[in-house]
Amino acid sequence: MIKKFLYSQKVAPYVFVLPFILVFLVFWVFPLGSSFSMSFQKTQLGQEADWVGLANYGKLMGDGIFLKAVTNSAIYMVLTLLILIPFPMLFAVLINNKFMWGREFFKSSFFFPALTSVVVAGTIFRLMFGEMEGSLINSILGWFGIDPVKFLKGQVTGFIALVALATWRWTGVNMLYFLSGLKNIPGEYYEAASIDGASAFQKFTKITMPLLKPTTIYVLTISIYAGLAMFIESMMLWNGNNSPKNIGLTIVGYLYRQGIEKNNLGYAAAVGIVLLAITMIINLTQLKLSGMFKKED
Amino acid sequence: MMKRWMVVFMVLCMTLFLWGCGKSNNAGGETSVLDGGAGESATELSYWTFVELHGQHFEKMLGKWNTENPDRQIKLNVTVMPYDDMHNKLSIAVQSGTGAPDIADIELGKFPDFLAGTPQLEPLNDVIDPYRDTIVKSRIDLYSKEDVNYGIPTHVGASVAFYNTEILEEAGVNYQDIVTWEDFKQAGIQVYEKTGKYMGTADTSAAWQASMLLAQQGADLTDDAGKPIVNSEPMVKAMTLLKDLQDSHVIATIAGGQPDTEEAYGEFNAGNYATAFMPLWQMSRYTNYMSDLSGKIAIAPIPVIEEGMPRSVGGGGTGTVVTKTAKDVQLAKDFLAFAKLSLDANKEIWNTLGFDPVNMDVWDMKDVTHNAENQFVKYFVNNPFDVLNEIRDEIRLIKSTSASPTINNVLCTTTFNEIFEDGKDITEALNDAQKQIEQELK
Repeated sequence: MIKKFLYSQKVAPYVFVLPFILVFLVFWVFPLGSSFSMSFQKTQLGQEADWVGLANYGKLMGDGIFLKAVTNSAIYMVLTLLILIPFPMLFAVLINNKFMWGREFFKSSFFFPALTSVVVAGTIFRLMFGEMEGSLINSILGWFGIDPVKFLKGQVTGFIALVALATWRWTGVNMLYFLSGLKNIPGEYYEAASIDGASAFQKFTKITMPLLKPTTIYVLTISIYAGLAMFIESMMLWNGNNSPKNIGLTIVGYLYRQGIEKNNLGYAAAVGIVLLAITMIINLTQLKLSGMFKKED
Repeated sequence: MMKRWMVVFMVLCMTLFLWGCGKSNNAGGETSVLDGGAGESATELSYWTFVELHGQHFEKMLGKWNTENPDRQIKLNVTVMPYDDMHNKLSIAVQSGTGAPDIADIELGKFPDFLAGTPQLEPLNDVIDPYRDTIVKSRIDLYSKEDVNYGIPTHVGASVAFYNTEILEEAGVNYQDIVTWEDFKQAGIQVYEKTGKYMGTADTSAAWQASMLLAQQGADLTDDAGKPIVNSEPMVKAMTLLKDLQDSHVIATIAGGQPDTEEAYGEFNAGNYATAFMPLWQMSRYTNYMSDLSGKIAIAPIPVIEEGMPRSVGGGGTGTVVTKTAKDVQLAKDFLAFAKLSLDANKEIWNTLGFDPVNMDVWDMKDVTHNAENQFVKYFVNNPFDVLNEIRDEIRLIKSTSASPTINNVLCTTTFNEIFEDGKDITEALNDAQKQIEQELK
């Protein structure tokens, strides 16, 4: 009986995907649904929830700090896209080059930061970008006669630290994605191009870039998501969720502040739903424009 | 060859990384069990705190409790966590009814959040009653809602000035001559000219100075109904005074944003700032983190705007609570009262922690307060209790209301930074703060 059931071509696939479906339903669909309904409530842990309709969303509209958080997350996302896509792609091409010296060494040293915990990395970066004269970055600036900078107290300098941390941490990961993409490009294309007299730059723009497109779109999609959902990096860099003038506050940071720190879960749920909406809109538009929804030729 | 070495290295790193993840225990903090000489049958109570030192005090009191109460012995399971972390976890645990400790420390700034709605904490009136006449009433009121007491105070937290006498002597300033802020300003200008050092700090991440200046004017951050009034005239006056000091190079912003941070301990220890205006518990920070300053720090009343104004305000505070889910509520409550309110406890709070105890009778016990063996007596130039007794009737209070956490958050992350770091117009910054606070409290 069981054997017949398992060997059935109709049922077996479902049995195999069942664990995933269950996890997906319990840890994804259910929380998503309850957040959605919670965003229409005024609710605190351990106490009765009241339905308040669109009040949470109405409050969000006039909330300057939320706007600040959205702006911060958006700027962070754009900056990471500008840095974490072209540079890893370039490094991947260089490392993929057979004439490159020390390829394995560079590959692993670029990837290494991804293995460290964000908590440790954030703490180290906080010390490096400290405002005292003796902090690493300020002593380096001191050699050039530049006065100490209060990095983590200013909007621009704070973001320099934040993006530096992201770059240090994620360059290697994105580079690996591009490397695996590069491995899939047949060498014959390059040979043929060489015979036709193409320059290295032409080969890069006419062969490498188009054929890397699926990888690039994948990296772009996850980077958009990761940029908008960033939280721990900021929390660690500023040693808590309260950066001066909220210069490092992100959307998820604001969700955490409202939901966990202030026990205002309904409002936090509304923040989360808005984040989901923003991420979905940006990513779906991006995927649509890049033609990912077209049927395979 | 190279590759194999790399693989081994990577695997090692991964293992270390995973090991690091798996290592954390129950609440993620540092846990230690204090048995205080308890026998096998002792009840184990758990206690969360965000100040490691508080555990030391409980350790002493636990030994005494277990000797005096052989049939109700206790083992205390102490977990120390960082400030934000502990309050967030505790909040979730008490609200959801699972995972909370039996006893916990809650800092004054977070306390109103725990009183919102129906507090998930045990009323402590019955165990406080026997000691009520001996302790400062206002310190208990801080942790109360509608006459129900939910927290037991640790100290009065009288604000004082800590002067670095070495720097002042170098500049030819006598701290005892400083009575008003104008005196402080003149002294500060002299210090800056002679030594190039700053007289004090312009705090951007704490409201101690603002509270002091408001209390001197008989004002508060909230009105009688508990509504925020951060753009009031006294507040504008307070900020204008501080800003003027900053513009005259008397005070300057400090790394960390206020004297009670790790970065600032380093700055003070290096002798870059001559004064800290802080609640008395800052003493323990000096003895623990600023050992180079031993024998150089004098304690004095805070300057006032005009002579005759009250010279101190209670600052900070920790209310220790018993949660609704405690294993043995009565035992936890009795122990807590014993460990924090009894006369013995109040003496130990001074001896171990260097706090000004809430039982003010202790302030007059010369054998306790002037004990030459005491580490705090040894460290400071003068005896803190000589100053405390001088100002004991002038210690005012800034109310703690349900709006307080929001007020503090806005002032200490945004407003003070705008005023002292960016030079934003004071009235404008305070009006913006008021608007932001009202919006958040909606």
